Amino acid sequence: MRWFAQIIEITWMSLATIPERLGSALVIVAGIAGVVSVLVALLAMGEGFQAVLAQAGRLDDAIVLRKGASAELNSGLSREDVVLIAQAPGVLKDSAGNPIASAEVVVVANLPKRSSGSDTNVEIRGVGQRVWELRSDAHIIAGRRFETGKRELVIGKGAQTEFAGLEVGKTVRLGLQDWTVVGVFASGDAHESELWADPEVLQGAYNRTGYQSVTLKLTDADAFDALKAALSSDPRLTVDVQRTRDYYATQSERLSRLIRILGVAIASIMGVGAVFGALNTMYAAVSTRSREIATLRALGFSATPVVISVMLEAALLALLGGLIGAGIAWYVFDKYTVSTLGANFSQVVFAFQVSPRLILNGLLWALGIGLLGGLLPAVHAARQPVTSALRAP
Amino acid sequence: MKFLHLVWASLFRKKARTILTLLSITVAFLLFGMLDAVRVAFTVRDSLEGASRLVVSSKLSIIQPLPYSDLAQIQRVPGVEQVAFANWFGGIYQDRKNFFANFAVSPNYLDMYPEFLLPEEQKQAFLTTRTGAVVGANLARRYDFKIGDKIPLQATIFPHKNGSNTWTFDLVGIFHTREARDRNQEDQLMFHYDYFDEGRTFGHGTVGWYTVKVSDPEHAQQAAQDIDRLFANSDAETKTQTEKQFNLDFVKQIGDIGLIVSSIMGAVFFTILLLTGNTMSQAVRERIPELAVLKTIGFSNQNVLWLVLGESLLLAAIGGSLGLLLAMGGAGALSAAFRGGAFAVGAQSWLTGIVIMLLLGLAVGLPPAWRAMRLRIVDALNEH
Repeated sequence: MRWFAQIIEITWMSLATIPERLGSALVIVAGIAGVVSVLVALLAMGEGFQAVLAQAGRLDDAIVLRKGASAELNSGLSREDVVLIAQAPGVLKDSAGNPIASAEVVVVANLPKRSSGSDTNVEIRGVGQRVWELRSDAHIIAGRRFETGKRELVIGKGAQTEFAGLEVGKTVRLGLQDWTVVGVFASGDAHESELWADPEVLQGAYNRTGYQSVTLKLTDADAFDALKAALSSDPRLTVDVQRTRDYYATQSERLSRLIRILGVAIASIMGVGAVFGALNTMYAAVSTRSREIATLRALGFSATPVVISVMLEAALLALLGGLIGAGIAWYVFDKYTVSTLGANFSQVVFAFQVSPRLILNGLLWALGIGLLGGLLPAVHAARQPVTSALRAP
Repeated sequence: MKFLHLVWASLFRKKARTILTLLSITVAFLLFGMLDAVRVAFTVRDSLEGASRLVVSSKLSIIQPLPYSDLAQIQRVPGVEQVAFANWFGGIYQDRKNFFANFAVSPNYLDMYPEFLLPEEQKQAFLTTRTGAVVGANLARRYDFKIGDKIPLQATIFPHKNGSNTWTFDLVGIFHTREARDRNQEDQLMFHYDYFDEGRTFGHGTVGWYTVKVSDPEHAQQAAQDIDRLFANSDAETKTQTEKQFNLDFVKQIGDIGLIVSSIMGAVFFTILLLTGNTMSQAVRERIPELAVLKTIGFSNQNVLWLVLGESLLLAAIGGSLGLLLAMGGAGALSAAFRGGAFAVGAQSWLTGIVIMLLLGLAVGLPPAWRAMRLRIVDALNEH
């Protein structure tokens, strides 16, 4: 209890002198704010990418691709394949006995990006009639759904903000055909980066006959094994089947891991710099207060509270820096949308996600850096011989 | 120069402080060097050969094939010297993680790339082996490929018509890039289009893209327009770009790497500026009486200004150079970690780095140096 009171007293005294050495205190705060903002922003980018793809996957949906195809764009299924797949066991059927499935055509179009004006690959997905039941998160937020048999497109919300010329009523030229934008949909996942259309009409525009994938609604999550067994034992089919949750998780794995490694590596290097900065500041703080500390020691304060109070001061300054850094990252980058090339060789639009967990993570880094930077100066302060420190000018 | 020892002595007046400051600068420049290496790796360079090459792909989208019959028509366009073609294969070697580019090419494809050095006898072997393949030296090193090896690739797009998903190629050649900085282009495998077209189950008679060599780079744009006009309003409209533009567009699709890198650098240098700036002014403040003594014994105002400025410039130069040297090692490690990456801290990065060192030294040193110069001896001596 005595210790505790001593710690509070000494810390309070030293905090009170901060205004006199604002410059050097700012070094800790700013240094750590820099580290934390970069760390949080980069991790938020990785998480955002991962989340937008993870959202697209479910436990009780399955996606069927041709065997060996790593993404829909590489896959190809014939009309006969598609019929067989939809009739497999484990697929949910509506009251009329029709399977809830969507045989999809995935192609890429060249459309200009809004920000740069240069052509980018945009995914167009031909989706079956049942898609709105299958992907129940997807709903129209402007205009209407496309009509079967017509050259009409509905645009994902993300695609609309990222690519130029996709307002409702506008026409998009695909080859020699004009397609009309009739609606905008939101789904909260990676599909928002896509343009949806009638698959058979889309096949015509791209001179194709087959499909890329079939997505199925399972009767329940456990029905997957039955479906998988049926599809892999059918000699007429050479396909791979996955839960959509696994399929989309694999797609984000590589890039989000890369971003995470980069973020932590860059922040670690910056963190080393910030530790040097903190050491510098705390040494300066301790040396300007060496007389005061010696006086306290002479008065009977023991060494440990001195050590703890110096570290506490460093930690408090560091936390302040961490809060500022996380705040900057949140203010500037939360919900900031960007896009990159995804597995289907087309743009995936995603937003940075500065989550509370990331902010906490950033604060822990700040605390770590602060304590590391405070430790040596604290020990140095406590070890100073009282007599010589008192005599010093 | 004759005051160098004086600058040096005052720099190490407080060893711990100087070393810590120095190390923070070193860390900043280490980061700068490595990030700049990444930026450079994603920068599309001008090259002599690249300027005279055009890429003809489908206007509809990059994934859409073009008819083989376009070849003869493109060859007749004025200014076109040679036309090669290729098709993306997208095969996987052993595991999905082992990604590298692999595609089928026309026999004259390698002639279009004089920057890929392939020994003549290997080139002949490639031309005469139907199942032959060539790989870049980097790739060969990574998987320990040797000439004579059979390389199996798992098809992702094109199953073989014999019902198997595996295509097997005979390695007959290993090429190097002429310049070390292009080493990331050694990460590809090429094999014969004829073998590919025969074995695939669909898409016969189509190619992924044409590569066109024009006789005069000055007329590349004109030739590109002429080619696109040939196929305008046809079923397969084309989009013809210089190779450089094609690569630029591709890098842009990955994302704005330049912006990300410069934002991080901004955060790093702002922090370092604050940190060293504070330390420098603190160091000068402590030495005011000494500076006053120097002035008393005849040092001019300018001398004092340069003494203080010299200190910060020296600190920035030593820390910066140390950081960039470390970054050179770090970039090597980065290249090893991302197999096939060719990250290097080049002359351009050093030049930018040196300019930043100078600016940092000036920004940090000028305010305290200015104060030191304006110091009035009497006041300064009185203070203590």
